[in-house]
Amino acid sequence: MSKLDDKLFSNRYKSYKETHLFVTDSDKCLDCKDKPCTYVCPAAVYEWSDQENKILTAYEGCVECGTCRYACTFKVIDWQNPKGGYGIQYKFG
Amino acid sequence: MEKFDAIVVGAGPAGLSAAYTLADNGLDVIVIERGDYPGAKNVMGGILYSEPTSQIFPDFWKEAPLERPIIEENYWLLTEGSVTKVGHRNEKFGEAPYNAFSVFRAHFDKWMGEEVKKKGGLVICETVVEDIIQKDGKVIGVSTGRTEGDIYANVVIVAEGVNSMLTQKALKMQKMNMKEDQLAVAVKEVIYLNEEKIEDRFALEKGFGATIEVIGDATKGMVGTAFIYTNKESISIGTGALMSQMIEKKISPNDLLEAFKSNPMVRPLIQGGETKEYAGHMIPEGGYNAMPKLYGNGVLVVGDSAQMVNGFHREGSNMAMISGKLAAETIVEASGKGDFSEKGLASYQSKLEESFIIKDLKKYKNASEYFDHNTELFSLYPELASDAMYNFFKVDGTPKKEMQKKMMREIFAKRSKTSLAKDMYNFWRVLV
Ligand SMILES: Cc1cc2nc3c(=O)[nH]c(=O)nc-3n(C[C@H](O)[C@H](O)[C@H](O)COP(=O)(O)OP(=O)(O)OC[C@H]3O[C@@H](n4cnc5c(N)ncnc54)[C@H](O)[C@@H]3O)c2cc1C
Ligand code: SF4
Ligand code: SF4
Repeated sequence: MSKLDDKLFSNRYKSYKETHLFVTDSDKCLDCKDKPCTYVCPAAVYEWSDQENKILTAYEGCVECGTCRYACTFKVIDWQNPKGGYGIQYKFG
Repeated sequence: MEKFDAIVVGAGPAGLSAAYTLADNGLDVIVIERGDYPGAKNVMGGILYSEPTSQIFPDFWKEAPLERPIIEENYWLLTEGSVTKVGHRNEKFGEAPYNAFSVFRAHFDKWMGEEVKKKGGLVICETVVEDIIQKDGKVIGVSTGRTEGDIYANVVIVAEGVNSMLTQKALKMQKMNMKEDQLAVAVKEVIYLNEEKIEDRFALEKGFGATIEVIGDATKGMVGTAFIYTNKESISIGTGALMSQMIEKKISPNDLLEAFKSNPMVRPLIQGGETKEYAGHMIPEGGYNAMPKLYGNGVLVVGDSAQMVNGFHREGSNMAMISGKLAAETIVEASGKGDFSEKGLASYQSKLEESFIIKDLKKYKNASEYFDHNTELFSLYPELASDAMYNFFKVDGTPKKEMQKKMMREIFAKRSKTSLAKDMYNFWRVLV
């Protein structure tokens, strides 16, 4: 387990059964050279899958900072609030 | 149909200060928060200032959940293997009414929420405001994800924080895509250590606290800062840098924080501690130039949603709280006249202009943009300080006069005299 996984594990989450992060036009990712979503996210939610030829989102670890929406090269990330009461629930903040 | 005098979207310092002030003036107010409790989604370094907080919650330090009163503040210029420090400790900071406290937002915001309820305000959690209800160009309420979840009011205060989606999308009071140099990405860890260790490592008397703000290697030369704050039984440690530069340099926020934690100047302070939480959040850095329209028909925008943060002085919570209070006072006046139109709420803008908030944001309005293109303060200057101090303290038989010449030669080799002079002028222009 990487250090980041350990750290995310120390957080309190109430995971919802559905994602709140949507890549609305995944064709754009094919033309996206640097794929900033894969490194600017504090929780490493976005990962490029060679196998599926698209971005996968491990939304359960999202700390809801909102960075990805701005950092996406083609602005194709549709960021929704997780359903009320779900998602990260900081113990300290 | 439920109708209130005011709806507040978001239970952070801005929203709760507004709600408290409204309830205290006898208005019917409801706060709607998406987290499990107020503070569940909120992140701060977190140093809370006494004076602005007591403007809303007098003598708060007698009851509120606080960590340590801050008696010492430090600035560090960090390189990979050195640090140059300035700091100030003062006994006066350790006496009521105090200057500042370290806090946890999840604890402090929850407390503010209880204070709002004591004054008769309603605080509803686990509820997302999904849209703003508008009719004939006027805001008349909000809709939530719940069944029959439409709520109406004379006025809506938007206190949704930096990820200001309602302000952008529903209200169109701000551009959808703010520039990446107007926002910083920050991460933070809470690391447990026992009280005695903290007091020994920071040379503190029992119960008191210290802060360290760090520039230089802490952000790998990117525009941003790192921080180390003492809590009762933990250290808050974090790094933040402009999003534009993180994207460009392909640096991940977690890697940046890990590198900072393992810098030999930092490591001894947190050694042996256990990470209890890892948080990520954006910080508004665009200042005055990034502010949205602040008021409209039946609506006011406060705190981080209005991008009110002074990054250079680590001030955000105070601007959030005071803007919340000023918005509430505007509504109290508007209620007296029964006029919640844009014109009726316009005095919010002038109240902000008269306060420190807009004055300070204006003062630094070109700073982020300037530093995004001129990063020397964060990359080169910590190195220059290190070289100068190293030579100053090093004893190796070189006569002082020669040593000083060598020192100046080394500095001019890294930055020409004219560039140094220009830097000084520009720093002075954007910061002073
Ligand atoms: C790492 C870091 C360190 C910082 N350090 C300091 C510091 O030391 N001192 C300082 O003064 N400031 C600091 N700041 C800045 C400070 O945290 C903010 O300025 C302050 O929290 C802003 O308060 P706010 O109420 O405007 O927004 P927030 O605290 O972000 O509150 C917004 C609230 O609205 C809720 N919300 C959002 N959208 C919806 C919706 N649609 N429906 C329902 N609820 C919603 C959120 O869940 C949240 O509770 C720091 C910030 C960061 C990220
Ligand atoms: S940054 Fe946006 S466009 Fe690029 S890979 Fe990620 S989601 Fe796709
Ligand atoms: S909101 Fe933040 S933590 Fe969540 S996916 Fe986007 S960048 Fe990652």
